[in-house]
Amino acid sequence: MREVAVVGVGMTNFGISEKTQIEMFSEAAMEAITESNIEPRDIQALFLGNVLGDFEEGQMNMAPMCAADIGIPNIPATRFEGACASATVALRDAYMWVASGFYDMVLAGGTEKAMVMGTPMATRTFAMGSDSRYESFAGITFPGAFGMAAHLYSKKYGIPLEKLKEQMAIVSVKNHKNGVLNPKAQFRKEITVEKVLSGIVIADPLQLLDCCPFSDGAAALVFASADKAKDLTKKPIYIAGTGQGSAGPLYTQKDFTVVKSREVSSKRAYKQAGIGPKDIDVCELHDCFTIAEILAIEAMGFFEYGKGSQASEDGETALDGKIPINPSGGLKAKGHPIGATGAAQAYEIVKQLREECGERQVKGAKIGMTDTLGGDLATVCNIIFRR
Amino acid sequence: MEYKLTYEKYKEALIGGKFLGLKCNKCGAYTVPPKKVCLECTSEDMDIVEISGKGEIRTFTVIRVPPEGFEGPYIVGMVELDEGPWVMGNIVDLDPDKAGMDLIGKKVTTGHKVVKGDKFSAGDGVALAFRLQD
Ligand SMILES: [Zn+2]
Repeated sequence: MREVAVVGVGMTNFGISEKTQIEMFSEAAMEAITESNIEPRDIQALFLGNVLGDFEEGQMNMAPMCAADIGIPNIPATRFEGACASATVALRDAYMWVASGFYDMVLAGGTEKAMVMGTPMATRTFAMGSDSRYESFAGITFPGAFGMAAHLYSKKYGIPLEKLKEQMAIVSVKNHKNGVLNPKAQFRKEITVEKVLSGIVIADPLQLLDCCPFSDGAAALVFASADKAKDLTKKPIYIAGTGQGSAGPLYTQKDFTVVKSREVSSKRAYKQAGIGPKDIDVCELHDCFTIAEILAIEAMGFFEYGKGSQASEDGETALDGKIPINPSGGLKAKGHPIGATGAAQAYEIVKQLREECGERQVKGAKIGMTDTLGGDLATVCNIIFRR
Repeated sequence: MEYKLTYEKYKEALIGGKFLGLKCNKCGAYTVPPKKVCLECTSEDMDIVEISGKGEIRTFTVIRVPPEGFEGPYIVGMVELDEGPWVMGNIVDLDPDKAGMDLIGKKVTTGHKVVKGDKFSAGDGVALAFRLQD
């Protein structure tokens, strides 16, 4: 395998958009291509994350249309679907094909337009990530699965639910605080613990501000072989390691406070990079719900199992903490256009490692990591980047 | 080898009052809901057996913002069966507003309810229905 670098990145604002999924992707893609100092015709393949285009716009097989929109209609263009992890799965495959020598330059990213569905239909389609035969008829929802995780966590570690809910609220407050500093974020206002704890209940014990929003948006990156990258940019950001892991339906996972898909994925990524969790300077991870961030910082090895909620309360994941988590504002404040999320996380880490993040810059960050989760903890994909 | 306990077969049995699962002849483990192979040892050599439906609640949530086609609030829970596997279903005959942490560890019996499908669900389905044991 050869070295691979990201040579350009692009991202739309996240929130509600009047544009189509293809139009949003094209904006992000051309920003990434222009930044890479190349032309669209230099791209040899497109790997596109998209989850619910079929339901959102009645659009299947979106990847060839995205390629055509930027003037390269005949390249191989493929959609990747791994629920909310789709874009990271696409990015990881793009990396592997360039690393293998099969391609020299690949465009990868994702796009999503979830707002148009409205809450009942969006809740229905997001819940399609559960086992449609053996779970969905119970009316389980995505917040419901994480609500159950919070109750499991409280019971397993003997943390009274009221205490855990305060610690979870602190995660939301922290991510909103970071989001204020991100011009592309969906929510740019600070909130308080009291505000989180007074929100409507979505799925016990998760309240409105424990949950990320529905969002529209797109993001894209250009991957190139390291020898090509040197000619294209002064600041190539290299891929140090990647991993991907799976776990079946939620019931087969039993105690799902330990995210096995993430243990498998992050271990592979650390092993390839030849480093451990202590070496990560900045991390963008999958805070679809406040409890999800706590589960993630544990399975990724930043904190011991059962200590993540206390570490969050102690500020260890803040911008100036031991391991800054979600400087972009995370899914909570930046927004979560599901098919684009992994690419937006990678966008943030590349910008952090290039030191282009202004007020939310993690000073001196040299190694960064992304973590993206799909379905009921069924897919986790990690990428480690370095300067 | 043919798929031993399909969803269709499992569903029809449940509607008829029988909760079916698979028991491995090689390692003795139960696989519920059914899979092609034993989830413990991957053997295909399993028999269809009736599951007791007895177990303990491991976790739960109250769905207050339901998907299209459902009306909240209702309780979803995960039960660890006496046979070992965890299963998901609804905790019924209990006011959702009275569902609290004390539910965890409570013993239940398992029945079922038929759930009307929508245009994405390939027909009607069944959900397990858990009732607290007296
Ligand atoms: Zn077995």
